[in-house]
Amino acid sequence: MKVIVPVKRVVDYNVKIRIKPDGGGVDTANVKMSMNPFDEIAVEEAIRMKEAGKATEVIAVSIGPQKAQETLRTALAMGADRAILVKTDVAIEPMTVAKILKAIAEQEKPDLMILGKQAIDDDSNQTGQMLAALLGWPQGTFASKIVIEDGKARVTREVDGGLQTILLNLPAVVTTDLRLNEPRYASLPNIMKAKNKPLAEIDPATLGIPLEPRIKILRTEEPSARKAGRKVANMAELVAMLREEAGVF
Amino acid sequence: MAALLVAEHANSVLSNATAKTLTAAKAIGGDVDILIAGKGCGGAAEAAAKLEGVRKVLLAEADHLANHLAEEMAALVMSLAEGYSAILAPATSIAKNFMPRVAALLDVPQISEIVAVEGPHRFRRLIYAGNAVQTVEASPADKLVVTVRYTAFAAAPESGSASIETIAAPSPVNLSQLIGEELSASDRPELTAARVIISGGRGMQSGENFKLLERIADKLGAAVGASRAAVDAGYVPNDYQVGQTGKVVAPELYIAVGISGAIQHLAGMKDAKVIVAINKDEEAPIFQIADYGVVADLFQALPELEAELTKAGL
Repeated sequence: MKVIVPVKRVVDYNVKIRIKPDGGGVDTANVKMSMNPFDEIAVEEAIRMKEAGKATEVIAVSIGPQKAQETLRTALAMGADRAILVKTDVAIEPMTVAKILKAIAEQEKPDLMILGKQAIDDDSNQTGQMLAALLGWPQGTFASKIVIEDGKARVTREVDGGLQTILLNLPAVVTTDLRLNEPRYASLPNIMKAKNKPLAEIDPATLGIPLEPRIKILRTEEPSARKAGRKVANMAELVAMLREEAGVF
Repeated sequence: MAALLVAEHANSVLSNATAKTLTAAKAIGGDVDILIAGKGCGGAAEAAAKLEGVRKVLLAEADHLANHLAEEMAALVMSLAEGYSAILAPATSIAKNFMPRVAALLDVPQISEIVAVEGPHRFRRLIYAGNAVQTVEASPADKLVVTVRYTAFAAAPESGSASIETIAAPSPVNLSQLIGEELSASDRPELTAARVIISGGRGMQSGENFKLLERIADKLGAAVGASRAAVDAGYVPNDYQVGQTGKVVAPELYIAVGISGAIQHLAGMKDAKVIVAINKDEEAPIFQIADYGVVADLFQALPELEAELTKAGL
């Protein structure tokens, strides 16, 4: 079974973002960048499938600038076999990402594609579902457990009411939720080894997919802040405040 | 110009997410039709017909729609899409699953989880876990596909009397099947609909200790929630999680107990009308957004709170 794992380079989740004063977006210059945490979970899951003898090859794919190579090297150091970089400096939309991934899926013919459920920068939560639709494949989103057996994927999903388990025909698209696994740290020898693993570059122009965004971003601003209220000394005072001042009960 | 709103419902009852999403749909302009899809959901269709400003309710019932699987829901919506310039749904786990599939099949981008409508094609949404607000504009040439963070909108009133039209569902796609569900059973209100929520974090130390919160929840008619840390630690199931990647809530009162206030948690609850924080660490970031903060050990504070509520006649 061949598994493709798309990974996105995003502002590290520990970084407090800075919004450009002119409203022109989030400042990503000289900011620590990392692999999107949900994608890290996807890489980990694919590698575990390989270690369990279910997957034969794990391919990491990233779409982004030259520096997205670093994110791919992280995936290779974790245990992916090879990587593909679709190189572009354009900030592309989830729908375009899905179209590029579809083109790669048609070349590579994977049995399973595992994606993070959303990227922590634009919080769109779209790409996996769109990719599944474009390929005409089933989807198992927000997965907290994946079992591959008898040519099918049994996916337990985190839904509003609890958990739901679905059975997908393969090939399929699965997107990861937080509790699917805990990604490993790449060891130093594996980081060194990753430098020699194959990393191919694709020029998106050769795929014939328009990259220009269709949604215009007009402004990016700070959210309206809540002000800190006051400290109250004890529960009697709290209940009195909630009743008399806030009027909530 | 008309919009199709794909409703969230539990067969006999309509979720209030639908009435709130209707407010967003009406702000875009034009007629609004509501689609109720499932099996045995006539009750939800009748409730939807009562919402103010609905042109008509479309009721699609079939065995293969009963579980709202993404592939089946997308095929149904696609069979209706031609007649609409906009397709909307509340950003629940069901709609987040099928709506991007619809967008892809229509070859249009999706705008996820809008919190405001600024014009027929212009919306506001949060990015970076709520740390930035973006104003975006879709191309007027594209059909709109939008999910709505419905806690940001008021519910449409119930004063309408739209007609209900039964429509045929397309034949099943059969790409996936539901084989099991573990849904939390509770007599308490649902997190996203509750007027009061009391949530616990890692400070609760165990699932057993959530009983301290439950006792207070029962006095206040509240739902019980949790931070990601408490869910990751296995204290409570995933459906308790409030936050950017869990549930986004906007109750009248939110009581955060033993929750430090990680950004991704704040993104899920900062629209609550009144926030109370109980934490023994006075430096905890949760105090920066709380209206009322109590620096105290929760194991002392919670029984005290329960006693005070009893004294207050609750």
